[in-house]
Amino acid sequence: MVNAIEVSDISKQFVLRHTRSIKEAVVWLAKGRKGDLSEKFHALKDVSLAIKTGETVALLGLNGSGKSTLLKHISGVMLPDSGTVHTRGRVAGLIEVGAGFHPDLSGRDNVYLNGAILGMTEQQIEERFDAIVEFSEIGQFIDTEVKFYSSGMYLRLAFSVAVHTDPEVFLIDEILAVGDEPFQKKCIEKIQQLAQQGKTLVVVSHDLDLVSRICDRGILLEHGKITFDGPIVQAVELLRA
Amino acid sequence: MSVGAEGELTRPGLGRGFSDLRQSGFLLKLLVRKELKVRYRGSVLGLLWSYVKPGVQFIVFYIALGVFLGLEKSARNPDGLANYAIYLFSGIILINFFSEALGNAARSIVNNGNLIKKIYLPRELFPVASVWVSAVHFFPQLVILLVACIFAGWTPTAFQLISAVVGFVIVGLLATGLGLLFGSANVYFRDSENLVDMLLMIATWASPVMYSWTMVEQKLGPTVFAFYQANPITIGVELFHFAFWYPTTDGSALMPPNLLILWAPVGLAISLVILGLGQLTFRRLEGRFAQEL
Repeated sequence: MVNAIEVSDISKQFVLRHTRSIKEAVVWLAKGRKGDLSEKFHALKDVSLAIKTGETVALLGLNGSGKSTLLKHISGVMLPDSGTVHTRGRVAGLIEVGAGFHPDLSGRDNVYLNGAILGMTEQQIEERFDAIVEFSEIGQFIDTEVKFYSSGMYLRLAFSVAVHTDPEVFLIDEILAVGDEPFQKKCIEKIQQLAQQGKTLVVVSHDLDLVSRICDRGILLEHGKITFDGPIVQAVELLRA
Repeated sequence: MSVGAEGELTRPGLGRGFSDLRQSGFLLKLLVRKELKVRYRGSVLGLLWSYVKPGVQFIVFYIALGVFLGLEKSARNPDGLANYAIYLFSGIILINFFSEALGNAARSIVNNGNLIKKIYLPRELFPVASVWVSAVHFFPQLVILLVACIFAGWTPTAFQLISAVVGFVIVGLLATGLGLLFGSANVYFRDSENLVDMLLMIATWASPVMYSWTMVEQKLGPTVFAFYQANPITIGVELFHFAFWYPTTDGSALMPPNLLILWAPVGLAISLVILGLGQLTFRRLEGRFAQEL
Protein backbone atom coordinates (compact mmCIF):
# COMPACT_ATOMS: atom_id res chain seq x y z
CA MET A 1 0.00 0.00 0.00
CA VAL A 2 1.20 3.47 -0.82
CA ASN A 3 0.69 6.51 1.29
CA ALA A 4 -2.24 8.74 0.43
CA ILE A 5 -1.26 11.45 2.89
CA GLU A 6 2.20 12.21 4.21
CA VAL A 7 2.53 14.87 6.87
CA SER A 8 6.05 15.47 8.08
CA ASP A 9 7.00 17.69 10.98
CA ILE A 10 4.47 20.41 10.45
CA SER A 11 4.07 23.25 12.88
CA LYS A 12 1.57 26.05 12.79
CA GLN A 13 1.45 29.15 14.94
CA PHE A 14 -1.55 31.38 15.28
CA VAL A 15 -1.55 34.96 16.37
CA LEU A 16 -3.90 35.32 19.31
CA ARG A 17 -4.39 39.04 19.44
CA HIS A 18 -4.41 41.11 16.30
CA THR A 19 -3.34 44.68 16.57
CA ARG A 20 -3.97 46.62 13.46
CA SER A 21 -4.76 50.18 14.39
CA ILE A 22 -2.22 52.97 14.57
CA LYS A 23 -3.70 54.08 17.89
CA GLU A 24 -2.83 50.83 19.60
CA ALA A 25 0.63 50.77 18.06
CA VAL A 26 1.31 54.32 19.29
CA VAL A 27 0.11 53.48 22.81
CA TRP A 28 2.36 50.42 22.75
CA LEU A 29 5.37 52.55 21.72
CA ALA A 30 4.57 55.22 24.30
CA LYS A 31 4.47 52.62 27.05
CA GLY A 32 8.02 51.67 26.21
CA ARG A 33 7.18 48.64 24.09
CA LYS A 34 6.02 46.62 27.02
CA GLY A 35 4.60 43.27 26.10
CA ASP A 36 4.12 41.85 22.66
CA LEU A 37 1.88 43.49 20.16
CA SER A 38 0.73 40.05 19.18
CA GLU A 39 0.66 36.84 21.15
CA LYS A 40 1.25 33.55 19.44
CA PHE A 41 0.43 29.98 20.24
CA HIS A 42 1.10 26.66 18.56
CA ALA A 43 -1.98 25.14 16.97
CA LEU A 44 0.14 22.28 15.68
CA LYS A 45 3.60 21.35 16.85
CA ASP A 46 5.90 18.90 15.03
CA VAL A 47 3.06 16.75 13.78
CA SER A 48 4.02 13.83 11.56
CA LEU A 49 1.79 11.11 10.24
CA ALA A 50 1.37 8.88 7.23
CA ILE A 51 -1.97 7.56 6.06
CA LYS A 52 -2.11 4.72 3.58
CA THR A 53 -4.51 4.56 0.69
CA GLY A 54 -7.77 3.01 1.79
CA GLU A 55 -7.28 3.65 5.49
CA THR A 56 -10.07 5.10 7.58
CA VAL A 57 -8.68 7.40 10.21
CA ALA A 58 -10.37 9.39 12.95
CA LEU A 59 -8.74 12.50 14.38
CA LEU A 60 -9.81 12.71 17.99
CA GLY A 61 -9.25 15.23 20.71
CA LEU A 62 -10.92 17.86 22.83
CA ASN A 63 -11.95 21.25 21.49
CA GLY A 64 -8.96 23.28 20.41
CA SER A 65 -6.59 20.34 20.16
CA GLY A 66 -5.80 21.09 16.52
CA LYS A 67 -7.90 18.51 14.68
CA SER A 68 -9.58 20.87 12.27
CA THR A 69 -6.36 22.78 11.74
CA LEU A 70 -4.65 19.54 10.74
CA LEU A 71 -7.48 18.77 8.34
CA LYS A 72 -7.16 22.22 6.80
CA HIS A 73 -3.48 21.57 6.19
CA ILE A 74 -4.27 18.31 4.42
CA SER A 75 -6.86 20.00 2.22
CA GLY A 76 -4.49 22.85 1.38
CA VAL A 77 -6.62 25.61 2.87
CA MET A 78 -3.74 26.39 5.23
CA LEU A 79 -0.03 26.11 4.66
CA PRO A 80 2.29 25.01 7.50
CA ASP A 81 4.86 27.38 8.99
CA SER A 82 7.39 24.58 8.78
CA GLY A 83 7.32 21.01 7.56
CA THR A 84 5.58 19.61 4.52
CA VAL A 85 2.27 18.01 3.58
CA HIS A 86 1.90 15.71 0.58
CA THR A 87 -1.25 14.11 -0.76
CA ARG A 88 -1.90 11.64 -3.52
CA GLY A 89 -4.84 11.95 -5.88
CA ARG A 90 -7.77 14.28 -5.56
CA VAL A 91 -8.58 15.44 -2.06
CA ALA A 92 -12.08 16.68 -1.29
CA GLY A 93 -13.21 18.12 1.96
CA LEU A 94 -16.64 17.58 3.37
CA ILE A 95 -15.59 20.44 5.56
CA GLU A 96 -18.59 22.41 6.69
CA VAL A 97 -21.21 21.48 4.13
CA GLY A 98 -22.84 24.29 2.32
CA ALA A 99 -19.94 26.72 2.58
CA GLY A 100 -20.18 27.30 -1.15
CA PHE A 101 -23.95 27.71 -1.29
CA HIS A 102 -25.48 31.00 -2.24
CA PRO A 103 -28.93 31.58 -0.67
CA ASP A 104 -30.30 33.50 -3.65
CA LEU A 105 -29.59 30.81 -6.19
CA SER A 106 -31.84 27.85 -6.88
CA GLY A 107 -30.95 24.38 -5.69
CA ARG A 108 -29.99 23.44 -9.23
CA ASP A 109 -27.59 26.37 -9.64
CA ASN A 110 -26.09 25.63 -6.25
CA VAL A 111 -25.44 22.00 -7.17
CA TYR A 112 -23.44 23.19 -10.17
CA LEU A 113 -21.64 25.94 -8.29
CA ASN A 114 -20.79 23.82 -5.28
CA GLY A 115 -19.81 20.86 -7.43
CA ALA A 116 -17.39 23.04 -9.36
CA ILE A 117 -16.02 24.52 -6.13
CA LEU A 118 -15.37 20.99 -4.90
CA GLY A 119 -13.46 20.26 -8.08
CA MET A 120 -15.95 18.52 -10.37
CA THR A 121 -15.97 19.21 -14.08
CA GLU A 122 -19.07 20.29 -15.97
CA GLN A 123 -19.47 16.84 -17.49
CA GLN A 124 -19.15 15.07 -14.13
CA ILE A 125 -21.83 17.27 -12.58
CA GLU A 126 -24.21 16.70 -15.46
CA GLU A 127 -23.72 12.94 -15.25
CA ARG A 128 -24.28 12.83 -11.50
CA PHE A 129 -26.92 15.51 -11.25
CA ASP A 130 -29.86 13.12 -11.01
CA ALA A 131 -28.07 10.96 -8.48
CA ILE A 132 -27.30 14.04 -6.37
CA VAL A 133 -30.93 15.19 -6.36
CA GLU A 134 -32.20 11.70 -5.64
CA PHE A 135 -29.83 11.19 -2.74
CA SER A 136 -30.73 14.55 -1.23
CA GLU A 137 -34.49 13.78 -1.39
CA ILE A 138 -35.10 17.38 -2.41
CA GLY A 139 -37.32 16.38 -5.33
CA GLN A 140 -39.48 19.13 -6.77
CA PHE A 141 -37.80 21.86 -4.69
CA ILE A 142 -34.61 21.67 -6.74
CA ASP A 143 -35.56 24.82 -8.67
CA THR A 144 -36.48 26.81 -5.55
CA GLU A 145 -33.98 29.29 -4.10
CA VAL A 146 -32.15 27.61 -1.26
CA LYS A 147 -32.95 30.47 1.14
CA PHE A 148 -36.47 29.05 1.27
CA TYR A 149 -35.19 25.58 2.19
CA SER A 150 -35.50 24.26 5.71
CA SER A 151 -32.15 23.83 7.40
CA GLY A 152 -32.44 20.07 6.99
CA MET A 153 -33.07 20.31 3.24
CA TYR A 154 -30.16 22.68 2.89
CA LEU A 155 -27.75 20.33 4.62
CA ARG A 156 -29.05 17.30 2.75
CA LEU A 157 -28.43 18.89 -0.62
CA ALA A 158 -25.00 20.15 0.39
CA PHE A 159 -23.99 16.77 1.75
CA SER A 160 -25.29 15.05 -1.34
CA VAL A 161 -23.14 17.21 -3.62
CA ALA A 162 -20.12 16.60 -1.45
CA VAL A 163 -20.38 12.80 -1.40
CA HIS A 164 -20.80 12.71 -5.16
CA THR A 165 -17.51 14.48 -5.88
CA ASP A 166 -15.77 11.10 -5.89
CA PRO A 167 -12.23 12.00 -4.84
CA GLU A 168 -9.53 9.58 -3.71
CA VAL A 169 -9.21 11.16 -0.28
CA PHE A 170 -12.19 12.33 1.75
CA LEU A 171 -11.83 14.76 4.62
CA ILE A 172 -14.87 14.88 6.86
CA ASP A 173 -15.18 17.50 9.58
CA GLU A 174 -18.13 17.32 11.98
CA ILE A 175 -20.74 17.00 9.35
CA LEU A 176 -22.18 13.64 10.19
CA ALA A 177 -24.91 15.31 12.20
CA VAL A 178 -26.88 15.98 9.05
CA GLY A 179 -30.65 16.02 8.87
CA ASP A 180 -33.04 13.66 10.58
CA GLU A 181 -32.27 10.15 11.71
CA PRO A 182 -33.16 8.28 8.50
CA PHE A 183 -31.02 10.65 6.46
CA GLN A 184 -28.17 10.42 8.94
CA LYS A 185 -28.24 6.66 8.59
CA LYS A 186 -28.16 7.02 4.83
CA CYS A 187 -25.14 9.32 5.07
CA ILE A 188 -23.26 6.95 7.32
CA GLU A 189 -24.06 4.04 5.01
CA LYS A 190 -22.76 6.10 2.10
CA ILE A 191 -19.56 6.86 3.94
CA GLN A 192 -19.06 3.23 4.87
CA GLN A 193 -19.65 2.32 1.27
CA LEU A 194 -16.93 4.77 0.24
CA ALA A 195 -14.58 3.17 2.73
CA GLN A 196 -15.28 -0.26 1.26
CA GLN A 197 -14.53 1.06 -2.20
CA GLY A 198 -11.02 1.75 -0.98
CA LYS A 199 -11.29 5.50 -0.49
CA THR A 200 -9.13 7.08 2.14
CA LEU A 201 -11.18 8.72 4.87
CA VAL A 202 -10.04 11.18 7.50
CA VAL A 203 -12.82 12.00 9.94
CA VAL A 204 -13.02 14.61 12.67
CA SER A 205 -15.91 14.09 15.05
CA HIS A 206 -16.85 14.24 18.68
CA ASP A 207 -19.33 11.42 18.22
CA LEU A 208 -17.06 8.66 19.50
CA ASP A 209 -19.52 5.80 18.94
CA LEU A 210 -19.96 6.86 15.36
CA VAL A 211 -16.27 7.14 14.52
CA SER A 212 -15.53 3.77 16.08
CA ARG A 213 -18.05 2.26 13.68
CA ILE A 214 -16.59 3.97 10.60
CA CYS A 215 -12.87 4.14 11.30
CA ASP A 216 -10.17 1.55 12.00
CA ARG A 217 -7.44 3.85 13.19
CA GLY A 218 -7.59 6.64 15.72
CA ILE A 219 -5.19 9.51 16.21
CA LEU A 220 -5.40 11.44 19.43
CA LEU A 221 -4.38 15.09 19.45
CA GLU A 222 -3.71 17.23 22.46
CA HIS A 223 -2.57 20.85 22.34
CA GLY A 224 -1.36 20.42 18.79
CA LYS A 225 0.62 17.26 19.37
CA ILE A 226 -0.11 13.64 18.59
CA THR A 227 -0.40 11.73 21.86
CA PHE A 228 -1.67 8.42 20.53
CA ASP A 229 -1.83 6.69 17.17
CA GLY A 230 -3.31 3.22 16.95
CA PRO A 231 -6.50 1.14 16.77
CA ILE A 232 -9.67 3.18 17.12
CA VAL A 233 -10.97 1.24 20.12
CA GLN A 234 -7.92 2.10 22.19
CA ALA A 235 -7.96 5.71 21.06
CA VAL A 236 -11.59 6.12 22.12
CA GLU A 237 -10.89 4.45 25.45
CA LEU A 238 -7.98 6.79 26.08
CA LEU A 239 -10.04 9.84 25.28
CA ARG A 240 -12.89 8.70 27.51
CA ALA A 241 -10.59 7.91 30.42
CA MET B 1 -8.78 20.87 -4.56
CA SER B 2 -5.40 19.68 -5.52
CA VAL B 3 -5.64 17.82 -8.75
CA GLY B 4 -2.62 15.62 -9.19
CA ALA B 5 -2.11 12.67 -11.42
CA GLU B 6 -2.89 9.47 -9.62
CA GLY B 7 0.01 7.80 -7.97
CA GLU B 8 1.89 11.02 -7.55
CA LEU B 9 2.38 12.93 -4.34
CA THR B 10 1.55 16.60 -4.54
CA ARG B 11 1.64 19.41 -2.06
CA PRO B 12 -1.84 20.78 -1.45
CA GLY B 13 -2.53 24.46 -1.17
CA LEU B 14 0.14 25.74 -3.48
CA GLY B 15 -1.54 27.71 -6.25
CA ARG B 16 0.02 27.73 -9.66
CA GLY B 17 -1.09 31.25 -10.40
CA PHE B 18 -2.86 31.92 -13.63
CA SER B 19 -2.38 28.42 -14.99
CA ASP B 20 -4.96 27.39 -12.37
CA LEU B 21 -7.44 29.68 -14.03
CA ARG B 22 -7.41 27.81 -17.30
CA GLN B 23 -8.20 24.57 -15.50
CA SER B 24 -10.95 26.23 -13.51
CA GLY B 25 -12.63 27.88 -16.48
CA PHE B 26 -15.91 26.20 -15.65
CA LEU B 27 -15.86 27.39 -12.06
CA LEU B 28 -14.97 30.90 -13.20
CA LYS B 29 -17.94 30.85 -15.54
CA LEU B 30 -20.27 29.77 -12.73
CA LEU B 31 -18.92 32.41 -10.35
CA VAL B 32 -19.48 35.13 -12.94
CA ARG B 33 -22.97 33.84 -13.66
CA LYS B 34 -23.74 33.77 -9.94
CA GLU B 35 -22.66 37.39 -9.50
CA LEU B 36 -24.76 38.47 -12.46
CA LYS B 37 -27.79 36.62 -11.13
CA VAL B 38 -27.64 37.93 -7.60
CA ARG B 39 -26.62 41.51 -8.43
CA TYR B 40 -30.09 42.84 -9.12
CA ARG B 41 -32.09 40.23 -7.21
CA GLY B 42 -35.39 41.44 -5.92
CA SER B 43 -35.34 44.65 -7.95
CA VAL B 44 -38.08 45.59 -10.39
CA LEU B 45 -35.82 47.09 -13.03
CA GLY B 46 -33.30 44.23 -12.83
CA LEU B 47 -30.56 44.45 -15.43
CA LEU B 48 -32.05 47.76 -16.61
CA TRP B 49 -30.17 49.35 -13.72
CA SER B 50 -27.01 48.78 -15.73
CA TYR B 51 -28.45 51.22 -18.26
CA VAL B 52 -30.22 53.63 -15.92
CA LYS B 53 -27.29 54.40 -13.62
CA PRO B 54 -24.74 55.38 -16.30
CA GLY B 55 -27.51 57.17 -18.21
CA VAL B 56 -28.33 59.43 -15.28
CA GLN B 57 -24.66 59.92 -14.46
CA PHE B 58 -24.08 60.99 -18.04
CA ILE B 59 -26.97 63.50 -18.04
CA VAL B 60 -25.75 65.09 -14.80
CA PHE B 61 -22.19 65.45 -16.05
CA TYR B 62 -23.29 66.63 -19.43
CA ILE B 63 -25.46 69.41 -18.07
CA ALA B 64 -23.01 70.49 -15.38
CA LEU B 65 -19.83 70.33 -17.41
CA GLY B 66 -20.93 70.62 -21.00
CA VAL B 67 -23.57 73.29 -20.58
CA PHE B 68 -22.81 75.15 -17.32
CA LEU B 69 -19.02 75.02 -17.45
CA GLY B 70 -18.98 75.47 -21.20
CA LEU B 71 -17.02 72.48 -22.46
CA GLU B 72 -19.47 71.80 -25.26
CA LYS B 73 -18.74 73.52 -28.55
CA SER B 74 -21.58 75.79 -29.65
CA ALA B 75 -22.16 78.97 -31.61
CA ARG B 76 -21.42 81.07 -28.51
CA ASN B 77 -18.56 78.85 -27.40
CA PRO B 78 -16.38 78.00 -30.41
CA ASP B 79 -13.43 76.81 -28.28
CA GLY B 80 -15.37 73.91 -26.78
CA LEU B 81 -15.23 70.26 -27.77
CA ALA B 82 -17.36 69.15 -30.67
CA ASN B 83 -19.81 66.35 -29.83
CA TYR B 84 -18.95 66.72 -26.16
CA ALA B 85 -21.71 64.25 -25.22
CA ILE B 86 -19.95 61.42 -27.05
CA TYR B 87 -16.55 62.56 -25.82
CA LEU B 88 -17.83 62.43 -22.26
CA PHE B 89 -19.72 59.18 -22.50
CA SER B 90 -16.96 57.18 -24.19
CA GLY B 91 -14.65 58.09 -21.31
CA ILE B 92 -17.23 57.54 -18.59
CA ILE B 93 -18.07 53.97 -19.59
CA LEU B 94 -14.41 52.98 -19.49
CA ILE B 95 -13.91 54.61 -16.09
CA ASN B 96 -17.11 52.92 -14.85
CA PHE B 97 -15.75 49.57 -15.95
CA PHE B 98 -12.48 50.23 -14.17
CA SER B 99 -14.15 51.47 -10.98
CA GLU B 100 -16.54 48.57 -10.74
CA ALA B 101 -13.88 45.99 -11.56
CA LEU B 102 -11.30 47.28 -9.10
CA GLY B 103 -13.79 48.16 -6.36
CA ASN B 104 -15.31 44.67 -6.39
CA ALA B 105 -12.02 42.84 -6.91
CA ALA B 106 -10.51 44.60 -3.90
CA ARG B 107 -13.38 43.32 -1.74
CA SER B 108 -13.75 39.92 -3.35
CA ILE B 109 -11.39 37.96 -1.11
CA VAL B 110 -12.85 39.29 2.13
CA ASN B 111 -16.41 38.86 0.87
CA ASN B 112 -15.74 35.23 -0.04
CA GLY B 113 -13.90 34.63 3.22
CA ASN B 114 -16.28 31.88 4.32
CA LEU B 115 -15.41 29.80 1.32
CA ILE B 116 -11.69 30.51 1.35
CA LYS B 117 -11.45 29.51 5.00
CA LYS B 118 -12.98 26.11 4.37
CA ILE B 119 -12.29 24.83 0.91
CA TYR B 120 -9.16 25.08 -1.16
CA LEU B 121 -9.69 26.51 -4.61
CA PRO B 122 -7.61 28.83 -6.75
CA ARG B 123 -8.27 32.10 -4.97
CA GLU B 124 -7.32 34.24 -7.96
CA LEU B 125 -10.72 33.25 -9.28
CA PHE B 126 -12.52 35.77 -7.10
CA PRO B 127 -10.81 38.98 -8.24
CA VAL B 128 -10.73 37.74 -11.83
CA ALA B 129 -14.45 36.90 -11.69
CA SER B 130 -15.14 40.46 -10.44
CA VAL B 131 -13.40 41.89 -13.50
CA TRP B 132 -15.39 39.59 -15.80
CA VAL B 133 -18.66 40.64 -14.19
CA SER B 134 -17.75 44.29 -14.75
CA ALA B 135 -16.95 43.52 -18.36
CA VAL B 136 -20.44 42.08 -18.77
CA HIS B 137 -21.94 45.23 -17.24
CA PHE B 138 -19.79 47.33 -19.53
CA PHE B 139 -21.43 45.80 -22.57
CA PRO B 140 -24.88 47.48 -22.40
CA GLN B 141 -23.19 50.84 -21.90
CA LEU B 142 -21.11 50.21 -24.99
CA VAL B 143 -24.28 49.49 -26.95
CA ILE B 144 -25.73 52.87 -25.90
CA LEU B 145 -22.51 54.57 -26.91
CA LEU B 146 -22.53 52.89 -30.33
CA VAL B 147 -26.12 53.94 -30.98
CA ALA B 148 -25.24 57.54 -30.08
CA CYS B 149 -22.15 57.37 -32.29
CA ILE B 150 -24.10 56.13 -35.29
CA PHE B 151 -26.57 58.99 -34.91
CA ALA B 152 -23.63 61.40 -34.86
CA GLY B 153 -22.34 60.05 -38.17
CA TRP B 154 -19.73 57.63 -36.88
CA THR B 155 -17.62 56.01 -39.60
CA PRO B 156 -14.66 54.36 -37.92
CA THR B 157 -11.76 52.69 -39.64
CA ALA B 158 -10.77 49.15 -38.70
CA PHE B 159 -7.69 50.64 -37.09
CA GLN B 160 -9.83 52.77 -34.78
CA LEU B 161 -11.90 49.77 -33.75
CA ILE B 162 -8.75 47.85 -32.89
CA SER B 163 -7.53 50.76 -30.76
CA ALA B 164 -10.78 50.57 -28.77
CA VAL B 165 -10.10 46.90 -28.04
CA VAL B 166 -6.53 47.73 -27.04
CA GLY B 167 -7.79 50.48 -24.71
CA PHE B 168 -10.23 48.08 -23.09
CA VAL B 169 -7.56 45.40 -22.64
CA ILE B 170 -5.13 47.90 -21.07
CA VAL B 171 -7.72 48.99 -18.51
CA GLY B 172 -8.93 45.42 -17.89
CA LEU B 173 -5.42 44.15 -17.19
CA LEU B 174 -4.73 47.11 -14.92
CA ALA B 175 -7.92 46.48 -12.95
CA THR B 176 -7.04 42.78 -12.59
CA GLY B 177 -3.50 43.54 -11.43
CA LEU B 178 -4.57 46.18 -8.92
CA GLY B 179 -7.50 43.98 -7.86
CA LEU B 180 -5.13 41.12 -6.98
CA LEU B 181 -2.86 43.55 -5.14
CA PHE B 182 -5.50 45.36 -3.10
CA GLY B 183 -7.71 42.31 -2.72
CA SER B 184 -4.97 40.33 -1.02
CA ALA B 185 -3.80 43.31 1.05
CA ASN B 186 -7.39 43.83 2.18
CA VAL B 187 -7.32 40.52 4.06
CA TYR B 188 -4.65 41.93 6.37
CA PHE B 189 -5.59 45.60 6.40
CA ARG B 190 -9.12 46.70 5.69
CA ASP B 191 -7.61 50.11 4.98
CA SER B 192 -7.02 48.70 1.53
CA GLU B 193 -10.61 48.95 0.35
CA ASN B 194 -10.87 52.53 1.58
CA LEU B 195 -7.66 53.36 -0.23
CA VAL B 196 -9.16 51.88 -3.38
CA ASP B 197 -12.28 54.03 -3.05
CA MET B 198 -10.07 57.09 -2.82
CA LEU B 199 -7.95 56.03 -5.79
CA LEU B 200 -11.07 55.49 -7.88
CA MET B 201 -12.27 58.98 -7.09
CA ILE B 202 -8.91 60.34 -8.23
CA ALA B 203 -8.86 58.11 -11.30
CA THR B 204 -12.02 59.70 -12.65
CA TRP B 205 -10.39 63.12 -12.63
CA ALA B 206 -6.80 62.12 -13.42
CA SER B 207 -7.76 61.17 -16.97
CA PRO B 208 -9.23 63.36 -19.71
CA VAL B 209 -12.78 62.09 -19.25
CA MET B 210 -14.54 65.37 -18.47
CA TYR B 211 -12.04 67.76 -19.99
CA SER B 212 -9.58 67.69 -22.87
CA TRP B 213 -5.94 66.66 -22.64
CA THR B 214 -4.84 69.97 -24.20
CA MET B 215 -5.93 71.81 -21.04
CA VAL B 216 -3.59 69.65 -18.99
CA GLU B 217 -0.65 70.22 -21.29
CA GLN B 218 -1.18 73.98 -21.27
CA LYS B 219 -1.17 74.15 -17.47
CA LEU B 220 1.49 71.58 -16.67
CA GLY B 221 3.99 71.81 -19.50
CA PRO B 222 5.33 68.90 -21.56
CA THR B 223 7.45 67.16 -18.86
CA VAL B 224 4.76 66.77 -16.24
CA PHE B 225 2.29 66.01 -18.99
CA ALA B 226 4.36 62.96 -19.97
CA PHE B 227 3.75 61.54 -16.48
CA TYR B 228 0.07 62.33 -16.76
CA GLN B 229 -0.02 60.63 -20.13
CA ALA B 230 1.77 57.50 -18.86
CA ASN B 231 -1.27 56.60 -16.73
CA PRO B 232 -2.72 53.48 -18.40
CA ILE B 233 -6.27 54.70 -17.73
CA THR B 234 -5.49 57.98 -19.52
CA ILE B 235 -4.16 55.99 -22.46
CA GLY B 236 -7.23 53.76 -22.46
CA VAL B 237 -9.58 56.75 -22.36
CA GLU B 238 -7.76 58.47 -25.20
CA LEU B 239 -7.83 55.30 -27.28
CA PHE B 240 -11.60 55.24 -26.73
CA HIS B 241 -11.83 58.88 -27.80
CA PHE B 242 -9.83 58.02 -30.88
CA ALA B 243 -12.16 55.13 -31.68
CA PHE B 244 -15.59 56.53 -30.83
CA TRP B 245 -15.43 60.31 -30.63
CA TYR B 246 -12.80 61.34 -33.18
CA PRO B 247 -14.60 59.75 -36.19
CA THR B 248 -17.75 61.76 -35.37
CA THR B 249 -15.93 65.11 -35.53
CA ASP B 250 -14.64 66.98 -38.56
CA GLY B 251 -11.12 65.82 -37.77
CA SER B 252 -9.86 69.20 -36.63
CA ALA B 253 -9.63 68.06 -33.00
CA LEU B 254 -6.18 67.27 -31.68
CA MET B 255 -5.34 63.78 -30.50
CA PRO B 256 -2.35 63.45 -28.15
CA PRO B 257 0.87 63.04 -30.13
CA ASN B 258 2.25 59.52 -30.55
CA LEU B 259 -0.84 57.99 -28.96
CA LEU B 260 -0.77 54.83 -31.03
CA ILE B 261 2.88 54.20 -31.72
CA LEU B 262 4.22 55.16 -28.29
CA TRP B 263 1.56 55.46 -25.61
CA ALA B 264 -0.57 52.44 -26.43
CA PRO B 265 2.39 50.03 -26.07
CA VAL B 266 3.53 51.91 -22.95
CA GLY B 267 0.07 51.54 -21.40
CA LEU B 268 -0.01 47.86 -22.23
CA ALA B 269 3.47 47.37 -20.77
CA ILE B 270 2.62 49.22 -17.53
CA SER B 271 -0.59 47.24 -17.13
CA LEU B 272 1.26 43.97 -17.64
CA VAL B 273 3.92 44.95 -15.09
CA ILE B 274 1.22 45.82 -12.55
CA LEU B 275 -0.55 42.55 -13.31
CA GLY B 276 2.72 40.72 -12.65
CA LEU B 277 3.26 42.62 -9.40
CA GLY B 278 -0.32 41.97 -8.32
CA GLN B 279 0.03 38.27 -9.04
CA LEU B 280 3.34 38.12 -7.17
CA THR B 281 1.90 39.90 -4.12
CA PHE B 282 -1.18 37.72 -4.21
CA ARG B 283 0.87 34.54 -4.21
CA ARG B 284 3.02 35.79 -1.35
CA LEU B 285 -0.01 36.60 0.76
CA GLU B 286 -2.54 33.89 -0.13
CA GLY B 287 -0.93 31.22 2.05
CA ARG B 288 -2.21 32.97 5.16
CA PHE B 289 -5.65 33.98 3.91
CA ALA B 290 -7.44 31.16 5.73
CA GLN B 291 -6.13 32.14 9.16
CA GLU B 292 -6.40 35.91 8.74
CA LEU B 293 -9.93 36.14 7.42
